Amino acid sequence: MNTDMNTANENRRSEIEDLLPWHAAGTLSAREAQSVEAALARDPELKRRYELVREELAQTIHLNETLGAPSARAMTELFAKIDAEPARHAAPSLNLGARIRDFFDSLSPRTLAWSAGAAALAIVLQAAVIGGIVLKEQSAGYQTASVPGTASREGSFALIRFQPQASAADITRFLESNKLSIAGGPAAGGLYRVRIAEIKLPKADLDRRMQTLQSDKIIGFIAPTE
Amino acid sequence: MQTTSDEVLIGRIAGGDRLAMQVLFARHHVRVYRFVLRMVRNEATAEDLISEVFLDVWRQADKFEGRAAVSTWILSIARFKALSALRRRGEEELDDETAAAIEDHADDPEVTLAKKDKGTVLRQCLTKLSAEHREIIDLVYYHEKSVEEVAGIVGIPEATVKTRMFYARKKLSELLREQGIDRGWP
Repeated sequence: MNTDMNTANENRRSEIEDLLPWHAAGTLSAREAQSVEAALARDPELKRRYELVREELAQTIHLNETLGAPSARAMTELFAKIDAEPARHAAPSLNLGARIRDFFDSLSPRTLAWSAGAAALAIVLQAAVIGGIVLKEQSAGYQTASVPGTASREGSFALIRFQPQASAADITRFLESNKLSIAGGPAAGGLYRVRIAEIKLPKADLDRRMQTLQSDKIIGFIAPTE
Repeated sequence: MQTTSDEVLIGRIAGGDRLAMQVLFARHHVRVYRFVLRMVRNEATAEDLISEVFLDVWRQADKFEGRAAVSTWILSIARFKALSALRRRGEEELDDETAAAIEDHADDPEVTLAKKDKGTVLRQCLTKLSAEHREIIDLVYYHEKSVEEVAGIVGIPEATVKTRMFYARKKLSELLREQGIDRGWP
């Protein structure tokens, strides 16, 4: 009887012990992590072994972090190969959830706020109509903070290529803080046509604006354009 | 500020968005490089391979179905590319290289301990593991992959992932013991 119980306990410990590397790395499910934590709390030998695992984890990270990083050659070669690929315009085969996420990701926080405001207004209007209140006709719609339909016509523009290491968040931050909007692109070479002012700026002002934007570290290339 | 998810980037890449590709590359290329480098043990080959890996990502983005995390998918491609490169290089050359790497560290245990701290010895022993054991240790500890994800990347059942990890750790203990460090396990 005792032998059976000891064997069962040993099996259970062995099952938990197998999970220790993933527990240390934080990749277990909440339920598994909970059972490992409970076992560690009541089994000092298991806890000692867990410390060995944590030691291995720390040194594996250390070892990998000292391996360095690839040179810029890897990226240059990759994008040269990509540029040599035939252009494609196929619609992405994302599932519905990903498409919705993509749509909301493409909206700036201000656009989302406008949209939410417009939706709230629509609900109020609907309630008013149902209640028999007569409303005067008013112009519909709202102005979003995203690129307006006529954006590509009026104003001053620049061609911009962002640094390859710039993240989408960096680019959004740059556009918002400088009150810029993307009017077109990306074209060949990763160039975007960006509206930098609502009006056509005199040359001196345009040059000053270019210099200011150029100084941002995420800019790889910038030049004025029509 | 919220960053764009890998899945959204893949969707944009599938539509030909070069900027999304740059963002994805910036996010993952260092880890992929290190994963490949640990397999092929040659920096120039590893650099060549990561541009091949990400070119495959560019080409196959429209086929990505989201059944695994994007990083897991990229590591699967990287592993396949690295194994193909190793096959091209030839088993014989690889064996010689591995043997040389092991000989490089063949210090007398006492001398080793006197010269280095335990962490250094542990890292040395990690480099002496077989390719199979090195791979699983890296995937679990450095690339933070779950049992299921490792099974997907390596192409083995989940139970085998656990036993392989156990034997990799056991071998590590044996190597440490040879260097004068007895961990009292297994």
